[in-house]
Amino acid sequence: MKTFVYIDHFKGEIQPASWEAIGLGKTLGSVSAVVFGSGVDAIAKAAFEHGADEVFVADDAALEDFRAEPYASTLSALASRSVQNPDLILFPITARTRELAAMSAVDLNTGVLTDITALDIVDGALVATRPIYEGKVLEKTVCSGKPVMATIRPRFFPKPAAEAGKTGTVTKVEVKADALTTVEGYSASESVVNLGDAGVIVSGGRGVSNNPSLQPPAGLDEKQAEIWRAHQGFALVGELANVLGGAVGASRAAVDGGYIPYSHQVGQTGKVVTPDLYIACGISGAIQHQVGMRNAKLIVAINKDADAPIFKLARYGVVGDLFQIVPAVTAEFKKKLGK
Amino acid sequence: MKIIACIKQVPDSEAKVKAVPIGDGKAGQEITWGDAPLVINPFDEFAVEGALQQKEANGGTVTALCIGPESARDALKHALAMGADEAILISDPALNEIDSAGAARVLAAAVKKIGDADMVMFGRQTLDNGSGVTAAQTARVLGWPMLGLVGQIKVDAGSVRVERVIDEGRVTVSAKLPAVLSVVQSIGEARYPSFMGIRKASKANIPVWTLGDLGIEAPASVVSRAELMNPPVRETVVEIIAGDTPEAIAETLVEKILAEKVL
Repeated sequence: MKTFVYIDHFKGEIQPASWEAIGLGKTLGSVSAVVFGSGVDAIAKAAFEHGADEVFVADDAALEDFRAEPYASTLSALASRSVQNPDLILFPITARTRELAAMSAVDLNTGVLTDITALDIVDGALVATRPIYEGKVLEKTVCSGKPVMATIRPRFFPKPAAEAGKTGTVTKVEVKADALTTVEGYSASESVVNLGDAGVIVSGGRGVSNNPSLQPPAGLDEKQAEIWRAHQGFALVGELANVLGGAVGASRAAVDGGYIPYSHQVGQTGKVVTPDLYIACGISGAIQHQVGMRNAKLIVAINKDADAPIFKLARYGVVGDLFQIVPAVTAEFKKKLGK
Repeated sequence: MKIIACIKQVPDSEAKVKAVPIGDGKAGQEITWGDAPLVINPFDEFAVEGALQQKEANGGTVTALCIGPESARDALKHALAMGADEAILISDPALNEIDSAGAARVLAAAVKKIGDADMVMFGRQTLDNGSGVTAAQTARVLGWPMLGLVGQIKVDAGSVRVERVIDEGRVTVSAKLPAVLSVVQSIGEARYPSFMGIRKASKANIPVWTLGDLGIEAPASVVSRAELMNPPVRETVVEIIAGDTPEAIAETLVEKILAEKVL
């Protein structure tokens, strides 16, 4: 099987799940990496080191910023039947690849299987497994068009070990510069967090502001004092995440409360995550939060309210005050992990 | 300014959705959601909200557009009650097994039939299929610019400038109108239907368009479902860790976590 893997990056920062896509492609046959952008030699090099057999590169000032239209046109031209005719194109799922795969599928009269968590060959046909209804049900789905396009969820496919210095043939791709949009500016997130790729996530909810014994600085109104308290709570959550080499997540209540930026939100209107360990601190666990984290391998909940729904999902629970429990857990991990 | 908000009807997010056998199971499985209500897809409420904000800022009209069965009228009524001016239901038995690219072709045909649209707005994704690709595919079929995951919109002299909210931050992007947008929650909380709006919606005449009305054949679907499964049932018995002091609790908890070998 001839597989293309689109290597997604933002300003040169590569999405790690791109390598998982290469890993998946290698189980099916040969893998050609596809790299678009401007000044992307380092990305092509990394693609070889992560297992690509060859790399197609479209390197052009017109592709400096991701714009769906020229990226899709360039990919569609490369992948068309009369040119490279791959059987499968894999993408790590991101805001960019969702649009790119969607448009290219229209161009090539084929379909895109999104957010897949498994890909098997059954009677010679590719069958993808993907969650639907927020993961309440799984479907196996097939695409009768060619190439089959699929976006993969992070952390479901093996990441190949990097092999330093491995190289191969780079083929230049003709660039289609049919942009319909202009990128005028960019401001980085207050805190960039890659929850999708995180192996450990420690999350905070409304409970992180619930420590009346903390005395906020004078002159804050009630809301400011609440946010000040929440920041103290999230500092504890952050220390625990730090010791475990993990990322900080949050419930919608914490984000809506102004405690932490939206980029940390786990759940229906935030990120769907599948870490090996998820520690929920002061999160009650509404269904909207559960759909974002219930496939974590191990779930631990720390909450004052013994009846909180989060305890129905958790393997281990502590009914108690997170302001006392979380620092003690951090200290204990430090001791046990020798940090 | 003519704005079209594309919406879908889905089971409520609290619904216990599961796969069950059809009859004796020989014909495969189907999806059920018990007696949970069908609602407007929660993400699409932001599309309606964004459309109404732009109507308020620039004048014009908002048309809510939905592909679905007769029951989907209720989702359109929700959009009307929020403040949309009119609603159109696209309903045709040939659309039952449609894939996202097929839906995009149908929506693009409807956008053209409505005519003179400046902006077509979608939600980020639906709660049911959840692909989140229909907006970009509709843009591609129309040949219009796609502005995805938009949290702020400003229209000025035939152009639109938006802030695209992605993991890495906010990207400012502009395009000439007409354009297709997907709108996310940063646009602002979706407004509740007003009492007057609900009264107006209950009396509204919602036309139904078939594929014949759109002048197109049923688009061929290349993506199809082979099987449905319920996810493995999770071991959900929680072990509550107790102790005399936070330190004692922490010691037991950390021991248990380390024994799970997930780190």
